Amino acid sequence: MSESSSSKIIKVSGPLVVADGMKDAKMYEVVRVSDKQLIGEVIRLEKGKASIQVYEDTSGVGPGEPVVATGETLSVELGPGLLESIYDGIQRPLKDIEAASKSPFIARGIDTPGLDRKKKWAFKPIVKVGNKVQEGDVLGEVKETTLITHRIMTPVGKSGKIIKIESGSKTIEEVIAVIEGKNGEKHEITMLQKWSIRNPRKYKGKKMPKTPLVTGMRILDTLFPMVKGGAGCIPGPFGAGKTVTQQSLAKYCNAEVIVYIGCGERGNEMTDVLQEFPELKDPNTGEPLMKRTVMIANTSNMPVAAREASVYTGITIAEYYRDMGYNVTLLADSTSRWAEAMREISGRLEEMPGEEGYPAYLGSRTAQFYERAGYIECLGSEGREGSLTVIGAVSPPGGDLSEPVTQNTLRVTKAFWGLDAKLAYRRHFPAINWISSYSLYLPNVQDYLKKEIAEDYMDIRTTMMGLLQEEAKLEEIVRLVGMESLSSKEKLIMEVAKMIREDFLFQNAFDATDAYTSLQKQYRLMKLIISFYKEASGVIDQEDFDFVKLQELSVRSDITQASFIPENEMKKFDDIENDIKEQISSLR
Amino acid sequence: MQKEYKTITKITGPLVFVEEVEGIKYEELVEITLANGEARLGKVLEAHKGMALVQMFESTQGVSTEGSKARFLGKTLELGVSEDMLGRVFSGFGRPIDDGPEIIAEKKLDVNGNPINPWSREFPNDFIQTGISTIDCLNTLVRGQKLPIFSGAGLPHSRIAAQIARQAKVRNTGEEKKEEKFAVVFGTMGVTFEEAQYFINEFEKTGAIEHSVLFINTADNPVVERIAVPRMASTAAEYLAFEKGYQVTVILTDMTNYAEALREVSAARKEIPGRRGYPGYLYTDLSTIYERAGRIKGKEGSITQIPILTMPEDDITHPIPDLTGYITEGQIVLSRELHAKGVYPPVNVLPSLSRLAPIGRKRTREDHEGLFSQLYASYARGKDVRELAVILGESALSDIDKLYLKFADEFEDQFIRQGENEDRDIEKTFEISWKLLSKLPKEELKRVKPEHIEKYMPKS
Repeated sequence: MSESSSSKIIKVSGPLVVADGMKDAKMYEVVRVSDKQLIGEVIRLEKGKASIQVYEDTSGVGPGEPVVATGETLSVELGPGLLESIYDGIQRPLKDIEAASKSPFIARGIDTPGLDRKKKWAFKPIVKVGNKVQEGDVLGEVKETTLITHRIMTPVGKSGKIIKIESGSKTIEEVIAVIEGKNGEKHEITMLQKWSIRNPRKYKGKKMPKTPLVTGMRILDTLFPMVKGGAGCIPGPFGAGKTVTQQSLAKYCNAEVIVYIGCGERGNEMTDVLQEFPELKDPNTGEPLMKRTVMIANTSNMPVAAREASVYTGITIAEYYRDMGYNVTLLADSTSRWAEAMREISGRLEEMPGEEGYPAYLGSRTAQFYERAGYIECLGSEGREGSLTVIGAVSPPGGDLSEPVTQNTLRVTKAFWGLDAKLAYRRHFPAINWISSYSLYLPNVQDYLKKEIAEDYMDIRTTMMGLLQEEAKLEEIVRLVGMESLSSKEKLIMEVAKMIREDFLFQNAFDATDAYTSLQKQYRLMKLIISFYKEASGVIDQEDFDFVKLQELSVRSDITQASFIPENEMKKFDDIENDIKEQISSLR
Repeated sequence: MQKEYKTITKITGPLVFVEEVEGIKYEELVEITLANGEARLGKVLEAHKGMALVQMFESTQGVSTEGSKARFLGKTLELGVSEDMLGRVFSGFGRPIDDGPEIIAEKKLDVNGNPINPWSREFPNDFIQTGISTIDCLNTLVRGQKLPIFSGAGLPHSRIAAQIARQAKVRNTGEEKKEEKFAVVFGTMGVTFEEAQYFINEFEKTGAIEHSVLFINTADNPVVERIAVPRMASTAAEYLAFEKGYQVTVILTDMTNYAEALREVSAARKEIPGRRGYPGYLYTDLSTIYERAGRIKGKEGSITQIPILTMPEDDITHPIPDLTGYITEGQIVLSRELHAKGVYPPVNVLPSLSRLAPIGRKRTREDHEGLFSQLYASYARGKDVRELAVILGESALSDIDKLYLKFADEFEDQFIRQGENEDRDIEKTFEISWKLLSKLPKEELKRVKPEHIEKYMPKS
């Protein structure tokens, strides 16, 4: 850290501070602003003047106060201890902030490291002295939580021969290995590594994602699937259930590691997550969800610049676990707040605005962010594969999807789960509109579903989608001339579409059994409805067929209740299938 | 002794430029003294080397580039707080305007406050009974929540807010609560004199004034003062709640005027506007007000916020209600249609929402969850039928649709409608609900549990 005495503040305007005498500063370098030691980042340089976005409240800061460059770019600390942590936007643990502030309110100028320096971890070496390693090779392991084994990798840019490797109880700052490079230089490796948040972490190559990310939400998994390594967005007006959907994904999706970014959202909502996650059990392993989760909480009233940084902090941590060979899901709620933070800073920089005052680089920044998702081959000689799925919530003002943030996001995400206020008003949850939503990953998962679940999975899905489309058309007619004018065939379509909506798509996120449905059960559920449709199609053509009788069949309520059948009692589905056949044929 | 500057070079709208200044700080308070000796306050909006951009909280009328003096006070805008504030009326700037004595401050607090650490928050979970059926049953309010009222010009939001302030109490079944201290902090921004007076009278009449702190900025008060009001109110509320253990309800009216004041300052600064001319940071700015509601681990008190805003042209997608809805935990939307029908309180049930209601519902009675869901669904269906009836005529409706139509009418008349002084407890609300539902065929009641129908439904 070198203090150049000539670096002084010349302007303060909200989170933006301009300092002169900053000739040696570099773009995105971290600086300490004023006597209060506020953390900031250089975002523009011009003739020795640096524009700095400050990650803390700047009231009381004035011209003439010093600015100190740190020589480092804004980085995150990577190493054991990330999981179960709750950070603010620039990786300061909220718990430590509380202790340092000595108050429930966040004080300024607090400098707390992201990872615990004192905690000892049991390091288990994998390589031996004499082994040759290249960047990305696993040196050893640490059991970070009951769910995740943390792999300590050879840092990017380092390679050579292991000349020393430790074992046993170590802190993250102790040397665990020494690598001798080509020219005889010695690299001391610790478990603590740093990475600049604005640079994507390196990998060998990207691959086509092919495995579905199972979320347990029926409308997503079956109608609009996501893949491990994909990118998706959830736009929706307020009250449509963005956050509940994001939280359901965080709880139940079958990724091994979850990074959850609460970016500019409600304080109470974060508290809810903070209280709930440690108690909730992972449906796949039965362990508390927190054991696989890293949480970043930069609520709306916390400094706006830190909100801008929070998505980068989160995605860098996510990439780090991906590099270990894990399937990671990153949830960002909400990316609109991130874009607004960019707009605010851009406005203060007096940049030429693009649409709706957003900076012209909104599109490229959004694209860069979502492109950090992917199914990749990791660095290292072992051929590990990892994936990073990115799902961003978007909060379009007034629910208007034509606004810039939504539009820019749609360009780079391949799954679109559009939340609909009308469905939410009807308390149909998840309020994802089945007509406007789409997923371009359908072809990717086709093979998997056919092979692992059922040969006719895709066919049934297609039938179901067709019925829903038909219903949307028929609804117009019904609205104009009433249900009575429909033919029996059309009535049946309306009836079955209603069953699809109410018995399949409707899912209660707050009910323990209903909240998560395995792919197998999803298949059985939709099969029930489609069997009902097929069987009924055979009887409705009879002359003087009384449609009400079909509606009154007792098997109807069995189908409704089927979503509550526990995962280990699949046999019950066979019984219902039989009942459908029997009861409908009795109408002949 | 601070330096006085006679170097005011430019005045535009609420903004004053002072040059050749030294040692000024961002957000610092500035006192401008007019030639006639009158002093007015402002704050530093932008601190440059040798120049300060000052935003006045009061009118710039009479401020001149010659003869006016600026003094930088070396502190940010503060509010002197004390328990003696209870029962008092202040200006939007925190000065007593009720002929009472000055407040002897226990301490002075920066009105901007600091963000609550999400880690230190306690999740709200006490059910607040407001005595209003549409809120208690359908949009349950819990302590520490921020639940705004989205109103429109000419709708009775003030009366509803006053009714909530008057009737709100915590009802947790099963556990006896010890004596609790209540307080209401009330802030008005740019409302008419009558409206402000209505609240003051209302509070005086019911004795509520004893435990209230009022910050009054009326339409004829300086526009920029409105920017200070919610911060003054929140600071007083934080002090009462987190230092003195009060259960505080904060009512802010009207947030639309607040946002307009913000826009005015932004425009004067020639900032790049966001949607509809409002500044790009409107969301962030509003959140620093709304997020001051809540509960904190290990503290007795709590802050529950009920901001009121009037939607321009009843448009819920307007930036002010829109951004508010993204921050607050739900919204109570008022309906012009119901108001025209003479229904008080005209709560538009379908778009209204309380995000924390699931927690509140767990705290009342076992049948609440099902009742809420059933009433909501049945009323929604009834309203659909009503629309259909407009097109097809009532006679074309099926029998079941006719029942739903009747249900919707009765629901509005018996459930939504209630007296302004009627403090309906939650049991009474449930009773009305079951009575209304009993008129629908039992097969239609899919969302209430059969055992609850057995237990609570009146036998006809």
